[in-house]
Amino acid sequence: MKARDTLILVAVVLVAWQLLYWAVGSIAFRSPAETVRSAAVLLADPRFMPHVRESMLAFAEAFAIAVLIGLSIGVTLGASRLASEVAEPILVALYSIPKVTLYPVILLVFGIGMPAKVAFGAIHGIVPISIFALNAIRNINPVYLRTGQVLRLSPWAAARKILIPAALPEIVTGIRAGFCLTLIGTLLGEMFGAQRGLGHLLMQAMTRHNMDSIMALTLLLVVFAATVNGLLLALDHRLHRRV
Amino acid sequence: MKRVTLLRILVILGAIGLLEGLIHAGIVPRFTIIPPSEMASALAAILASGKLKVDIAVTLTNVAVAIVASMAAGVTIGTVLQRAAALRRILDPLFATYYAIPMYAFYPLLIVVFGLGDVPQICIGFLLAVMAVIINTLNGLDRVPRVLLKAARMHRMNALRTALRIRLPYAAPYIFTGFKLAVAYSFIGVIGAEFITSSRGIGYEISFAYNNFDNRLMYGLILFVLALVLTVNMSLHAWEKRLMMQRQR
Repeated sequence: MKARDTLILVAVVLVAWQLLYWAVGSIAFRSPAETVRSAAVLLADPRFMPHVRESMLAFAEAFAIAVLIGLSIGVTLGASRLASEVAEPILVALYSIPKVTLYPVILLVFGIGMPAKVAFGAIHGIVPISIFALNAIRNINPVYLRTGQVLRLSPWAAARKILIPAALPEIVTGIRAGFCLTLIGTLLGEMFGAQRGLGHLLMQAMTRHNMDSIMALTLLLVVFAATVNGLLLALDHRLHRRV
Repeated sequence: MKRVTLLRILVILGAIGLLEGLIHAGIVPRFTIIPPSEMASALAAILASGKLKVDIAVTLTNVAVAIVASMAAGVTIGTVLQRAAALRRILDPLFATYYAIPMYAFYPLLIVVFGLGDVPQICIGFLLAVMAVIINTLNGLDRVPRVLLKAARMHRMNALRTALRIRLPYAAPYIFTGFKLAVAYSFIGVIGAEFITSSRGIGYEISFAYNNFDNRLMYGLILFVLALVLTVNMSLHAWEKRLMMQRQR
């Protein structure tokens, strides 16, 4: 049922794309078939893979940092009622600022290159992951914790048997949000100040008016983001159903 | 509750004071970050000189256009989708995936299609904002109690009238949440797009100042954006709280 709906959606998107192509014309736009063809050409090009590797490496590092720092902040603050009440509005405010304005600061601190991209991707992901983790810990039913005390569980056993299973679904939701934002942040970093990576290729294609590359790169990025998000979403649903 | 607010202000002031102290002590170098007090005086100088009036006006106008367009489109699409269950089910995976798509990836495409004017920036802001409005509109409309709809039928209201007089007013607080997000996303989208490539606007001026090593101008403008966005968000938050209180009465 679900798979069929997804297939219908993909078909709808492809039809809309093709119609848009007929409406806009071939000067500034490419049809789905042409885009898939140029994406295949791009993937077969040996000069393309180093850029993919560069972007994926930057993204993986940024994501790992975002999860690590985000969870530490969220779990630490969530454990204390006062700390979470003080910090949550600050975190939400941080979430809503256009972080792109902070990119020059990151560039001045780290210099142009890999560390700046990683740091910029990570700051996008840290905030949502910490907000979700904070709420996950804060909203654990106190009855669970008291049951643990009654059963005289050691702190380690309490964490393993009670805290983690109770908080995990919300934490995974946060990690999914963090994944998307970290990817956006990393790409944004590459689009503004970088000599390598997919974001850089995208900007290069734009200055050269290379429509084939623009459309193919955009397609590959969207497919990648949608696929991973779909997998995380499935995990998310599964965890939420279990509780 | 008051104590929490006080503590929060202390934490924020502490963070600003710490940054100021670290820079004055020379632990953080001055050519990386200038002290917050100098950022404030730089901002005051920029605003007093009025030389960036045009850029500020352009950015604010584009953000406003993105907000209005996403609200109009989002509420309309949400209202229609709520009545079309089959279409909604098909589009559901799109809703779940939408914010995973790196919207800025479409920016080069938009520039090639629309040229380097204001339209591509507005489009990015719109694209980021519209889905939040659609999702929250749907969320609100789903909660309209049956009894109100029955009352509408008793008064023989047609679909449009029911939507305007019953469904949308009931869903207003949820739509307001969507509005709040639309404001934040429009700022993020427009300024981010200006920052990547554009010919004017606050984002453009920040990246221009960065490329010219003009730290005072750059930090003044960064402070301006942060202060502006935080003020707007906090006022909306306060307004939302008031609306919710009224509804409970």
